Amino acid sequence: MAENDRPVKPDLIERLKSIDRRIIFLFIAAAVIFPLLRPIGFPVKASPPAIALYNAVERLRPGSLVLMAFDYDPSTMAELYPMSLAILRHCFSRRLKVVALALWPMGAGLAREALHDIGVGEFGLRYGTDFVNLGFKAGGIVVIETLGSSIAEAFPADIDGTPVERLSLMRRARKLEDFDLVIDLSAGDPGIPFWVMIAQGRYGRKVGGGCTAVSAPQFYPYFQSGQLVGLLGGMKGAAEYELLANAKGEATKGMDAQSVSHAAIVFFVIVGNVFYFLSRHRSKRRG
Amino acid sequence: MELERLGIWIGALLTLAIFSFLYKDNPFYRFAEHLFVGISAGYWVAYYYWNIIRPNLIVPLAEHKWLYIAPAVLSALMLTRIFPKVGWLSRWAISFMVGTGAGIMIITYLQTNFLEQLRPTLVSLDPTGQSWQSAVNNLLLVAGVVSGLVYFFFSKAHTGVTGGIARAGIVFLMVSFGASFGYTVMARISLLIGRAYYLLHFWLKVV
Repeated sequence: MAENDRPVKPDLIERLKSIDRRIIFLFIAAAVIFPLLRPIGFPVKASPPAIALYNAVERLRPGSLVLMAFDYDPSTMAELYPMSLAILRHCFSRRLKVVALALWPMGAGLAREALHDIGVGEFGLRYGTDFVNLGFKAGGIVVIETLGSSIAEAFPADIDGTPVERLSLMRRARKLEDFDLVIDLSAGDPGIPFWVMIAQGRYGRKVGGGCTAVSAPQFYPYFQSGQLVGLLGGMKGAAEYELLANAKGEATKGMDAQSVSHAAIVFFVIVGNVFYFLSRHRSKRRG
Repeated sequence: MELERLGIWIGALLTLAIFSFLYKDNPFYRFAEHLFVGISAGYWVAYYYWNIIRPNLIVPLAEHKWLYIAPAVLSALMLTRIFPKVGWLSRWAISFMVGTGAGIMIITYLQTNFLEQLRPTLVSLDPTGQSWQSAVNNLLLVAGVVSGLVYFFFSKAHTGVTGGIARAGIVFLMVSFGASFGYTVMARISLLIGRAYYLLHFWLKVV
């Protein structure tokens, strides 16, 4: 066989350019799993939007009414459920009264679980006097609009079918204007924009929010303009709130994994670009 | 308690079946995928009937609230799309929805997302009386808004000064897209962490 007919063995650059993507998946899996098994304890620093939301809750007098909308479903639980727990924990420790509702069907069930675990399990509070779960109502912005005139019209009964007039807390919470703070935990539509448009824009209520990291850049302008009193973005936002409320939970545990996996992704992006430019430089040289 | 444990096992095995697609397509993945689609379809049909159609239409009609016949008729018109010959009737229902939607949204949307967003861009560019960080922030804000708007101004060719400002607009847009992409990566990794935590904490109980 002649010298030129031998198959050319690809060099390092070529081999890395065609690396099996499953190897990268393995690295990312390791970057997520190992920090969960052996926490590193990277510091978490609270950002201004998270501090602002925490302060908005902190400033409320005991007994104030907080409306919490659980506008998400299990697909975004990893980001929004820890937020729900951290905010509820903070509200109940300040002896605030919480009325929960959902514009997303599965949000009502998640609200039930969170209220039960924190309200009953940790604080020994009573349903109906300390917190209420109104359940789900379809209609998005129209439901919020209806809350402005009458909660009983939008939610004649709570999640278990108990008429709202039989719940002592709901005698104080008759319409949107009775609430001192509205907090929406949103994974999409309907979510934060509708609450800002109606509850803040039309009824002048203070509105805070928590959202998935994907939608956070879209909502930061609302915080900058003062339309939102505070905002938590993704798992990091939840970890920041846990830090502020001094109640470390699932989000804080996840932040090490988040940091290590981000570092791995940044490493792969840099390596990929370096080899891309090296390969381009070599092809140019060869003409 | 036993049932809860069974649920955790089913959740864990289905999670692993879905993750197995990362290696390659396989029967376990297919099974989990079809199961998810089937259960979701069944769940939503039941959920929408019991939470939307029944309380908002069937119960009011059973209580002789005859006004609810109007939305019932409009809903039925929506279904005419199935039959091409009378499919045009669905436009009546769609136009009703578009009309009411626009009526509810337009003014509030403009107020919230345009006028209220315009106000924070009216900031002082005078560095006296404010910290240098604030002055730089304000400058970047105004430069970003103006150059971004110029980039989307197509009535003048992007050459000369206009072209320069438009190019600066592209830089601001790229930074904004980069930030959005970074947040998207963070969100996807968060979901992966959520699943990993479920497997390690609830299933294997090692964390």
